[in-house]
Amino acid sequence: MTEIGSLEILIGALFRFWPVWACLAVILGTSFYFRGRLGLYGHLFDSGVGFVGLTLVLFWLLTALFADVIATFPPLEQFALLKRAVPGTVEAETGIPLYFGADNLGRDLFSRMVHGSRFVLAIAPAATFVAYVVGITLGLPAGYFGGRIDAVLSFIANLVLAFPVILLFYLLVTPGVRETAIPVFMAGLFFIFPIIFLGILFHSRYAARPQIFWSLMAVTLVVGGWVYAGLVFDADPLGVFSLAPNELNIFAAVVFASSPGVFRIVRGLTMDIRTRDYVAAAQTRGERPAYIMLWEILPNARGPLIVDACLRIGYTTILLGTLGFFGLGLAPESPDWGSMINQTRGFIRIVPTIVLPQTIAIATLVLGLNLLADGLREQSLKD
Amino acid sequence: MLGFILRRLGVMLATMIALTFIVFSLVNLEPNLRKLALEQGNIRMSDEAIENWLEKNGYRRPFLLRYGEWLGNSLTGEFGRSTRFRRPVNDVLPERLGYTGILAFWVMATMVPGALIIGVLAGMREGSKTDRSLSIFSIITTATPEYVSGIIFTVIFATWLGWFKGVAKAGDIDFWNFTLPVMTMALYGMGYIARMTRASMAEVMTSQYIRTARLKGLSFPVIVLRHALRNALIAPFTVIMLQFPWLLTGVVIVEKLFNYKGFGWVLVEAADNNDIDLLLACSLVSVAVVIITQLISDVGYAFLNPRIRVQ
Repeated sequence: MTEIGSLEILIGALFRFWPVWACLAVILGTSFYFRGRLGLYGHLFDSGVGFVGLTLVLFWLLTALFADVIATFPPLEQFALLKRAVPGTVEAETGIPLYFGADNLGRDLFSRMVHGSRFVLAIAPAATFVAYVVGITLGLPAGYFGGRIDAVLSFIANLVLAFPVILLFYLLVTPGVRETAIPVFMAGLFFIFPIIFLGILFHSRYAARPQIFWSLMAVTLVVGGWVYAGLVFDADPLGVFSLAPNELNIFAAVVFASSPGVFRIVRGLTMDIRTRDYVAAAQTRGERPAYIMLWEILPNARGPLIVDACLRIGYTTILLGTLGFFGLGLAPESPDWGSMINQTRGFIRIVPTIVLPQTIAIATLVLGLNLLADGLREQSLKD
Repeated sequence: MLGFILRRLGVMLATMIALTFIVFSLVNLEPNLRKLALEQGNIRMSDEAIENWLEKNGYRRPFLLRYGEWLGNSLTGEFGRSTRFRRPVNDVLPERLGYTGILAFWVMATMVPGALIIGVLAGMREGSKTDRSLSIFSIITTATPEYVSGIIFTVIFATWLGWFKGVAKAGDIDFWNFTLPVMTMALYGMGYIARMTRASMAEVMTSQYIRTARLKGLSFPVIVLRHALRNALIAPFTVIMLQFPWLLTGVVIVEKLFNYKGFGWVLVEAADNNDIDLLLACSLVSVAVVIITQLISDVGYAFLNPRIRVQ
């Protein structure tokens, strides 16, 4: 078996990422050139921390996008002769080196790591987004009206938050639960929130102009219904949106676990902003509560919410890794980072490098998101 | 104050009952019961035999009756029998909880002082070089989950350097095999507490009374130790108490990672084998930990900070 040296591994692996480097250069270059006109995003280039975070996050985003081009082998292909091969071992038939070695079943770790970014970057931001819509839709009225609505919703939120996350996942993400209607029911409940949210959003603004309102609602209902049917019932006629049952299970559980946190933040911010003068002015004008909440309070709460969203995507990434680490809900051969860590960690003594690609991948993505959040916080405080 | 504590106790009780009810209904889902029957009885049972087994062992009685029974039994300290360990839950759980208690004690004992020192050092001179490097250190530790840092530490300190052992045996711990689990958990939580301490410290350092102390001519160490510290540590107290629930998840990961057979390991075993009584007892313990620490943090915060008025 031939092997290549560490320097060749480094250069070769970095070179495989060429589409990422090219796009990264274009995106960062143009953003840097126009940074004066890009608001908060442009200000990120003034802070070292924010810039590093942005680069790391973009790196993984682009990797997920170009995974097919970057990966040297299909993520599930096994080479029987190359089990636990050390980094740089050359595959005899194709002559392509396994840059980071192979796992216990002889699958190329480099390709699996690259493909693993897809799972995380598809689920984590989407689940965070849905959790945000749920949290905002419930948190705004709780903070604005207070009283009984607040008491009931806060009790439910605290209930979920008092659940140790790991126990929640052990109970909710199991094959047994998948046999029941619970995941579909939960997903059905959560995915209806974006449609309700948009409905109220448009109604509060355009109720007096039915033409605009109904055309916006028509678009929302058609697109929303399409995505809804595809994700919840796996019945998208065009087959664009679909989730496997286990992915739906994970998605619903992750949204369930993170929306109470969003609810608490939105509620707190709303209680604070409610006392501002511009809210009093809107109330005096006779605006309806829905309009004040969605068009006066929400835009003014966006700073802390954007920062929190970045942190929360990072936290969701860690959660997905935890699920993989415990083998919950994911197919055993799935190339996600958590499962890879779980499968390779038994062989540390034989080949120490076998666990490094996937651990470093998770750590850098979460680090990037945290640094980005920190940079955004720093810059938004300056305004 | 007393009314406040009583009301919180009432909410706590309601939360406990609601959560145990949810756990109870989830472990008693039809597929879980069937799985339990198959594991406990013969693996090639027919549907009829499964039904008989469930009937015989009382799983087919009305749901609410069974929940009420379980609730009544657990109030008297009777948690049923573990099907996985084939022993009463009361024999299995306390021993394992003790092992995890030792782990949690050492994690707290290293994490809290470390985090407070880092936070105070970073926050006392905001924007300095120390501040920036310590802040980046905190971000890095919070961004590295236990299953990443634990593995990286094992590779570096156990496999390459050979300083410590990568496996910790419960009941037989020493410095060499216990350092890595404690370090892994402490480091992950440290960054968060340190950041909170830093923010609180930085805020206190800009307040008027610190300026007065400085104008009086007091030296910098005296200002920090005598005047700033006391006020700066109120906010981190809440954060430290709220770290306990996180500690639970961390315990489960670290115990699996280092094969330390404590509470987390029992929880995983119970969940994997659908050991209903044991899993319910584990849930009760973890939910109680979360809720009691929340209560302590609320009461303690009001107690430490007289400016907070409890309605």
